[in-house]
Amino acid sequence: MSKNWWKITASVFVLYSVVTGLLLKVPMLPILHESIRNLYFHVPMWFAMIVIYTIAVVNSIRYLQTNDEKYDLIAVESVNTGLLFGFIGLLSGMIWANFTWGSPWPNDPKLNSAAIATLMYLAYTVLRSSLDEEQKRAKISAIYNIFAFPVMVVLLFVLPRLTDSLHPGNGGNPGFGAYDLDSNMRFVFYPAVLGWIGIAIWIMNIRFRIRKLENIKNQI
Amino acid sequence: MKLITEIRYLLKKEMVLEWRSKYALNGILLYVVSTVFVCYLSFKTTPPLVWNALFWIIMLFAAINAITKSFVQESKGRLLYYYQIASPQAIIIAKIIYNMLLMILMSTIALFFYSIVFQNEVGDKLLYFAAVILGAISFSSVFTMISAIASKANNNGTLMAILSFPVIIPVIILIIKLSKNAMDGLDRSVSLDEIGVLTAINLIVITVSLLLFPYLWRD
Repeated sequence: MSKNWWKITASVFVLYSVVTGLLLKVPMLPILHESIRNLYFHVPMWFAMIVIYTIAVVNSIRYLQTNDEKYDLIAVESVNTGLLFGFIGLLSGMIWANFTWGSPWPNDPKLNSAAIATLMYLAYTVLRSSLDEEQKRAKISAIYNIFAFPVMVVLLFVLPRLTDSLHPGNGGNPGFGAYDLDSNMRFVFYPAVLGWIGIAIWIMNIRFRIRKLENIKNQI
Repeated sequence: MKLITEIRYLLKKEMVLEWRSKYALNGILLYVVSTVFVCYLSFKTTPPLVWNALFWIIMLFAAINAITKSFVQESKGRLLYYYQIASPQAIIIAKIIYNMLLMILMSTIALFFYSIVFQNEVGDKLLYFAAVILGAISFSSVFTMISAIASKANNNGTLMAILSFPVIIPVIILIIKLSKNAMDGLDRSVSLDEIGVLTAINLIVITVSLLLFPYLWRD
């Protein structure tokens, strides 16, 4: 119980954000209308993805320091989970964009950056599958992961700010907090972010344990 | 100090090797020139936006082709020899510097030939040239490390492209913007943002390469 408190908290937060996110009153804004509720689902995906990719990089660094296979498994499962969240984030964003901006893929730097970041991690999985020897695979993919991470940070956080974007908080647009995230929405949004980050770590944790068991089974 | 001497020797060795075979230089030059010519024959005339984008796409593929071989061409035994006599940092720095020089030379020639074949007005010629040099430097700093990673895996031709495209896209977006500014002849202070971010990316990439290469070189 003491070890699982965060799983329970995350589940409660996500359930709470789903229920209240669909039921509570939201500010009526032009263009957005009721679709602003997607904020509770689309944006937490990106938060969870960034956190889980950061976990992947930290574990890749730890792998290079210790050569312990455990860290490599955590890193690869973090990337897999991050990819899942990235895809859901892209998909929920495309649905939202279709209603508010008129097309599922408007030419927006954040969309393109997110897609490229996803490509980067898909390349990571391809790199892994092209190497057979386990230790070599772990080492080289860890190196690529660390190498690609700073570029991804530039891609997601610096480049969209240099150009105009449809997203809030870019190209001189004020961020969410400035104008449309009223205090009611905050009470749903922040738990949703924390909850989804928790769920992402939980998924990664389960996949990591499955992978470890499989490895033990295969060793015999 | 030892590092600098090592780098100097390794750099000299790269150049002597290159000069003796002239394989990479001539091959890549021919590659660039024929690609430019193919593009010319298929486009004939281009609007400025396409002119700029096309040049960078040609440069991108030329850079990938030129730099992929920087680690692949070394035989296993020779690599082993380097590792005994030089530090990993010296090896990667020497490779990066050599690739930068190669790319600067190549892109200058490519730009020269490209602007002869394709007629186009460039507003700020000096800034455009600076953008080309900066682009050549960025390409080589990113691709050198990726080619080191790809050379460890089999089937590295495809892998090189897959691994390097997502990493190079932010660079190429910035470069295209910078060179477009130069083409339009905008005031130079407008482009300072792009130059700053590009320099920052280069610094980050080179630092990360220096930190990571020691882990990569040992097999």
